[in-house]
Amino acid sequence: MSTASSSAAWKAGDVVPDRFPAGLRVLVVDDDPTCLMILEKMLRTCLYEVTKCNRAETALSMLRENKNGFDIVISDVHMPDMDGFKLLEHIGLEMDLPVIMMSADDGKHVVMKGVTHGACDYLIKPVRIEALKNIWQHVVRKWKNEWKDFEQSGSVEEGDRQQKQSEDADYSSSANEGNWKSSKKRKDDEDETDERDDSSTLKKPRVVWSVELHQQFVAAVNQLGIDKAVPKKILELMNVPGLTRENVASHLQKYRLYLRRLSGVSQHQNSFMSHQEETFGPLSSLNGLDLQTLAATGQLPAESLATLQAAGLGRSTAKSGVPMALVDQRNIFSFENPKLRFGEGQQQHINGNNKQINLLHGIPMTMEPKQLVGLHHTAQSIGNVNMQVTSHGAQSGQNNSLLMQMGQPQSRGHILNDATVGHAPRLLSSMGQPILSNGIAANVSTRNRIPENIRAPGYNPVSQASSMLNFPMNHASELPGNILPLGSTPGMSSLTSKGTFQEDVNSEIKGSGGFMPSYDIFNDLNQHKPQSWELQNVSMTSDASQRSNSLQGNLDLTQSVLVQQGISSGQMNGQNRSAAVVSKAMCSAGDFSEQRNAQNVNQHFNTLLVDNTIRVKSEIVADVSPANLFPDHFGQEDLMSALLKQQEGIAPAENEFDFDGYSMDNIPE
Amino acid sequence: MEKNPMRRQLAIMRQALFDQGYLDEQFIQLEELQDDANPNFVEEVVTSYYRDSARLILKIEQALERKPFDFNKLDGYMHQFKGSSSSIGAKKVKAESTLFREHCNSGNGEGCVRAFQQLKQEYATLKKKLEAYFQLARQAGPMETACRPK
Repeated sequence: MSTASSSAAWKAGDVVPDRFPAGLRVLVVDDDPTCLMILEKMLRTCLYEVTKCNRAETALSMLRENKNGFDIVISDVHMPDMDGFKLLEHIGLEMDLPVIMMSADDGKHVVMKGVTHGACDYLIKPVRIEALKNIWQHVVRKWKNEWKDFEQSGSVEEGDRQQKQSEDADYSSSANEGNWKSSKKRKDDEDETDERDDSSTLKKPRVVWSVELHQQFVAAVNQLGIDKAVPKKILELMNVPGLTRENVASHLQKYRLYLRRLSGVSQHQNSFMSHQEETFGPLSSLNGLDLQTLAATGQLPAESLATLQAAGLGRSTAKSGVPMALVDQRNIFSFENPKLRFGEGQQQHINGNNKQINLLHGIPMTMEPKQLVGLHHTAQSIGNVNMQVTSHGAQSGQNNSLLMQMGQPQSRGHILNDATVGHAPRLLSSMGQPILSNGIAANVSTRNRIPENIRAPGYNPVSQASSMLNFPMNHASELPGNILPLGSTPGMSSLTSKGTFQEDVNSEIKGSGGFMPSYDIFNDLNQHKPQSWELQNVSMTSDASQRSNSLQGNLDLTQSVLVQQGISSGQMNGQNRSAAVVSKAMCSAGDFSEQRNAQNVNQHFNTLLVDNTIRVKSEIVADVSPANLFPDHFGQEDLMSALLKQQEGIAPAENEFDFDGYSMDNIPE
Repeated sequence: MEKNPMRRQLAIMRQALFDQGYLDEQFIQLEELQDDANPNFVEEVVTSYYRDSARLILKIEQALERKPFDFNKLDGYMHQFKGSSSSIGAKKVKAESTLFREHCNSGNGEGCVRAFQQLKQEYATLKKKLEAYFQLARQAGPMETACRPK
């Protein structure tokens, strides 16, 4: 059984776009060893990275340990230790990964069950390899939806919305029901957002309901009595400076919904098909449970939050014991989900989960204005958080966006941010760390540069893509801390490869535009007209569709590139630091293919410091893509030469950047 | 080469398995997965199948000895068995499993017993045939399935 790779990106695809999904990290769970064997072989043939598991519990713990380690999960429905649908719910709640169910059972009701539980697809056994070849679409779809959500929200709360919408998207892929719920969720989101907008000033940092804060809240509510708890009184009891009545009010609203959902959840679990929202009503049996739930929820959510990061999802809250255990878990997750009315436990869990994660991770991010200052310190922690949350784009995107939103005007950056977040969830997460630090910009720039380099050599399509990158460029100045830079970076990497590759390294740097600080520096270094970058970006976007393949690759590449870039630029001493952090993060997170890549990066890191960016780039590229792509064939030296060759216009390096296209997909046109 | 006649014989044997309905398309899927990295993939899968399904067969047998029948349990086992069998392309075995499950669903104990006997027979027959096939394949030299163009 192959160990789950910690890389956050897909393997750099081959040159051919339709091999883009290569490197997709799949976790397949099936108690039947024969099926498992066959599936593994099939998935390997599709060039995916496969981890097989014959027990649901093992799969869950694997996923929990490495939330960023998989892109998609395929699970059998009938398993001895845990029902496949239960696993599906858990995964949706905790990790928000796309899950494909499979079974020899093709009965309509079972398929429907899969759909309503949020499976993004349902395969009938025996599974053919053709069916597996396309599973990557679910990952792309998820990211794309998250990205879109991000884009649409365009505010601090967009993170929340993104979560919800991405969840919505997830659901929509499974059924109309999901769509309906999505719209409802969106509406709730907007309500929430409006409320927050009204109450907070522009500069007011978003309130993140941390574990402690939430515990205080719950304690206050319990003290007052859930019926008598009014925001004003709760606020007084909590006595938290800076917290407004509106904050409490919106939080209370969510909490109430969450509790209501809790009472309905147990029943919901029993009857999967029930869509009723007011589940708590008909569940007379749950009355007792309700009380318990209520009592427990007060503690549970907070505790859950606390344990959430530890991935102690349902286990730690088991203290409530009983049937509530499931509910508890859900509570935690659903707590944050204002859309309780959906009655779809899973959805809510996901929402809640996302939200929670967002919150948790948001803790370091709350201080947006001060982020830059504290970023450096939190970079590591955030990086960790990101890793955890970045189960699938949604969260990472969110985190990233939060990170990025360091008080920068988001008006323009939004789109970029969205784009960024969307297609580079993983990248962002790993990037998150560097971004946090001042050196992020540098990193970003670096990334952009490198991708461009790589692309240019043999990348014909690249030239067309130029139009895409426009936005990164334009906003470069505006996005000092914007996510956009992040986003653009991934996009850039992809773009660069796809877009017009300007031989000019500088142009690459431009691409990163998002990060102003670094960008400027790079500008100095590279003196290349930003336009080139823009062009590249543009082309990237247009080629997005083509690129979809290599998105993953880009991400990896960008990650490593970033790190290396940062280092090579040498200008940013501070950045070097961050770059170091980044490189570490990247190595750990982004190096999906091999450990040695990480080592390569580290080694390059040192070299980069000394050398010019171009060289660095090639190194980075070499490390990242070739290694990833052809681990067996390329050594470091090979990579280097490959890179160098690329610079000379040789196509081989392009292979690595195919994934750029992928990121492009995410970028909204 | 002397191996050619063997390969030809192998091809004939293989084709017969398909023509007689013992194997279906899924088996070809397995064959296509076989490559230089896994030159005996198909045989490995089939071996694994027979090993794991033997346990299932035993469980079903034991369950059929307890009266009254626990149809849910029986159905559950058979569902698993069916899944395995279909994944290696065991066509006839799969058909018998489906029949068995139908009897389970309708609570037809007699039908279940009958179907199970049939199933065991098909299961054993296929096993023999496949064993002979793989043996010949090994003798014929490097695994090169007849369906692949040379």
